[in-house]
Amino acid sequence: MNHRVGVLLGIAAVALLLLPQVASPTVLHLAVIVCFYAFLGQAWNILGGYAGQFSFGHAAFFGIGAYTSTLLYLHLGVSPWLGMLAAGVAGMAFGLVSGFLSFRYGLRGPYFALVMLAFAEMLRIVAENWGAVGGSVGVLVPLLGSAPLQFQFASKRSFYYIILALLAGATLLVWRIGRSRLGYYLLAIRENEEAAEALGVNAFRYKMAAMAISAFLTAMGGTFYAQYLLYIDPEITFGTTVSIEILLRPVIGGAGTVFGPILGSLVLTPFSEIAKSLFRGFIGVHLMIFGAILVAVIIFLPQGIMGLLDSLWRRYGGGGGAR
Amino acid sequence: MSEVLLHTEGLTRRFGGLLAIDHVDLEARQGEVLGLIGPNGAGKTTLFNLIAGTHEPSAGSIVFRGESLVGLAPHEVCKRGLTRTFQITKPFQHLTVLDNVMVGAFNVTRHPAEARARAQETLAFCGLEARADRAAGTLSVPERKRLELARALATAPKLLLLDEVMAGLNPREHDTMIALIGQIRERGISLLVIEHAMKVIMSISQRIVVIHHGQKIAEGSPREISSDARVIEAYLGEEYRIA
Repeated sequence: MNHRVGVLLGIAAVALLLLPQVASPTVLHLAVIVCFYAFLGQAWNILGGYAGQFSFGHAAFFGIGAYTSTLLYLHLGVSPWLGMLAAGVAGMAFGLVSGFLSFRYGLRGPYFALVMLAFAEMLRIVAENWGAVGGSVGVLVPLLGSAPLQFQFASKRSFYYIILALLAGATLLVWRIGRSRLGYYLLAIRENEEAAEALGVNAFRYKMAAMAISAFLTAMGGTFYAQYLLYIDPEITFGTTVSIEILLRPVIGGAGTVFGPILGSLVLTPFSEIAKSLFRGFIGVHLMIFGAILVAVIIFLPQGIMGLLDSLWRRYGGGGGAR
Repeated sequence: MSEVLLHTEGLTRRFGGLLAIDHVDLEARQGEVLGLIGPNGAGKTTLFNLIAGTHEPSAGSIVFRGESLVGLAPHEVCKRGLTRTFQITKPFQHLTVLDNVMVGAFNVTRHPAEARARAQETLAFCGLEARADRAAGTLSVPERKRLELARALATAPKLLLLDEVMAGLNPREHDTMIALIGQIRERGISLLVIEHAMKVIMSISQRIVVIHHGQKIAEGSPREISSDARVIEAYLGEEYRIA
């Protein structure tokens, strides 16, 4: 990473920190949502982008996270701050179980994607039919007003800083993974698992590691969502739509790159919010548009926006790529 | 006679009714290039797959440096100092050539800086340093073969299994590769080499094992092999005379 990139990152950081001073509540809400999906995308990126295990069921971890912290708070009075850690652990545990079942039996590509989808759907159906966790009606988190210790805030500003910090942490983590042996091994597994194995890479172990980290972070995102909305139900946490929303941004921005999920969210999230309000009353129209965008990106930009920037950089900027 | 590195006894592999490898005894010694030849479909690559842990043997033993390899996964075999290349090259397409080799080098160290240094050194050794920053998917066939070799070398093997690294190369590139294999051997790395190009295998191997229909039909020096009646009949053809 050269100095120019460092300076740009510095400017971006200051701008992001000052944003709440100037932004209207609507813009601030949009910023929260952009960061939120970038964070989830970053979590997915570790497993789907770097390790190349295309999960179509990250809603499973997201929902587990949302339900874990919320139920812990409602029934045991555990602060959602602690609940967020418990959510991460619970999500990771489920990730390791589903990862073990998938990877141990050699499920790859579309088979892995479908199994993950099935896991998430399974959890959605369980949540819908299990009265003790609210059933299909969902769970309401009692509104406390301003209660920072209970992860509730009067203004969106605090939520913005929290999700910004989560996103920064996840991005830093992905950046460091990318430069470590783990990162090289994950990419090698993505590119050719058999060749990686022949070079001494324990593919099963490293895929499990990617799954654990990815699931942990995704579940933390679930807690944030529950506290931001103060309401969860099976469809908006475990639903297939959630899985698609999570993977869309990293895929469009550039899977397996540090900034792909952020770029993807910057481009797609405002667009999606606009589409949602334009087509109010036509639920799912924005998803149809997403589908069209996804098809276009996969055909014309298989490496995502980052791939496009990278080739532009090579052509006009000279020097090596901006991996 | 130098120390035995790899030793198989009664090595057998069935695929359903097909006896792909039939009681093969093999001995690869420290410091030598052992050639493995045989007609198409003789079972050479299957033998590699058994040794490297891709397939499990139906019967028989594989002992490498005093330790059994039977039941080990490919990455565990590599960790013990035995690395194989693939006949059909398997580059990590979207990674740079340097990153490809770093993956191999991480077998020796967990530190990226050390792995990078080791990878650069290995690339220079294999004559690929000019390609270090290119994506592996853009390499030509001869370069891919050398990348395959460089990646395997970077894992610091005691025994290197080469599966037809000459295939697809022209005679001039053959000579480069032969010289490279010689240099690898000088570094104290032993080799087990599958090769189709007869001139090549005759010139690089100290000993040659001939496989036919999954069985070992001959073993000996290149000179002995090229005058062995069974080998000539099975593989070399009536016309072949030693060059």
